[in-house]
Amino acid sequence: MKHVLETKAIAASPNYQLTRFEELVSWVLKVTHLDKPVDWAVNRSRANSLWPMPFGTACCAIEFMAAAASRFDFARFGMERQAFSPRQADVLICAGRLPFKLAPVIRRIYDQMPQPKWVISMGACASTGGIFDNYAMVQGIDTIVPVDVYVPGCPPRPEGLLYGILLLHKKIKGESLFDAVARRGEQPLDERGLRLPPDEIDEISEPFGNSVHQFRSA
Amino acid sequence: MNPTVERMRATFGDAIGRVALARDGLTGVVIRADALRDVMRWLRDTPGERYDYLVDVTAVEFRDRERALEMVYVLRSLERKTSLRVKVELNPQGELAVDSVTPLWAGANWLEREVYDMFGVVFAGHPDLRRILMWETYAEGYPLRKDFPLRGRFSRAEQTRQALNANPEAHYSLEELSIAESFDELPADMRERLRRGERGKIAGSE
Repeated sequence: MKHVLETKAIAASPNYQLTRFEELVSWVLKVTHLDKPVDWAVNRSRANSLWPMPFGTACCAIEFMAAAASRFDFARFGMERQAFSPRQADVLICAGRLPFKLAPVIRRIYDQMPQPKWVISMGACASTGGIFDNYAMVQGIDTIVPVDVYVPGCPPRPEGLLYGILLLHKKIKGESLFDAVARRGEQPLDERGLRLPPDEIDEISEPFGNSVHQFRSA
Repeated sequence: MNPTVERMRATFGDAIGRVALARDGLTGVVIRADALRDVMRWLRDTPGERYDYLVDVTAVEFRDRERALEMVYVLRSLERKTSLRVKVELNPQGELAVDSVTPLWAGANWLEREVYDMFGVVFAGHPDLRRILMWETYAEGYPLRKDFPLRGRFSRAEQTRQALNANPEAHYSLEELSIAESFDELPADMRERLRRGERGKIAGSE
């Protein structure tokens, strides 16, 4: 529910409004019933030529490398080229735990990626903080950048990552050029420098499992 | 038991405290904090000792609040193939200060910075004492102290806010980035970022 509200709030921002030219083009395409074929062609092209930006910080990056190597080979799904520059990347794959010291770095990399862009959070630590429920670790990269696909596992096997990539394909194929809300834009940080409101970050970062028995002073 | 200890006691007298043989076969000797620099220089330079290699500098704080916080220096003599563990006891409730051994072994530089970062021990005479693992503006304290809560002192939202507002370039000085000479040739925005990223001040330090 919160995310629906978030989407609505973002839709009001100028980044998510169609320009006059885009409105004209989409009107023409809709009248001529070409919007579906155009969406089909654009989404298919995007989904089948994803260029990943690997952000490997831990053991998940080893599985990522295995997924990229010949046995599993995600080049089969169009990820032929790994972009080690965010300027030439479509999908940011955060493989591994993210310490707070790296939070501004991944945020800057995300900001440097051109649209459209997607994020895969690979592994338990990137998705939730995992076993590292301590002072140094970000409790889920979704408090820093918006995430499209979470791949669970510690670390996930290459098949798991491939399944996540295929889910991302499915998501991309469902997007529409003419939907201003679903159209991806910048998600700038607010005036506090946060992506989410503070209470939501605290809620996401709540301890779970065995770690609820630990204490904190504040 | 390492025979060095007897020679240390003969030279420095009551600056040498209790001695214990640890299970790993290393002799641990506790010395007085104010004698640290002299003892270490003697251990390094005396012909019969020649502990020329500083293996590690670390600290140990015990759960027992009565026990002292121990600074641990592991020394190795490469030519004599023997090791020695030298300890200094500090009062964890008081001010944690001890002489730096960086003037004796340059390799102690980062090791002492790590101990400062994690325990808050201030090394007198260290050339560049600032945090090394946590970022320089980290304000929550010293993570490996026993009174430090595992998840940190601030809420997750505050930690995230501080982390996102940190300047990634501020962790490095111009010298560390090896661009000090070419500073004037850098793009204007990068120069500005580097200028803003001047050393952060750590609350509660010094």
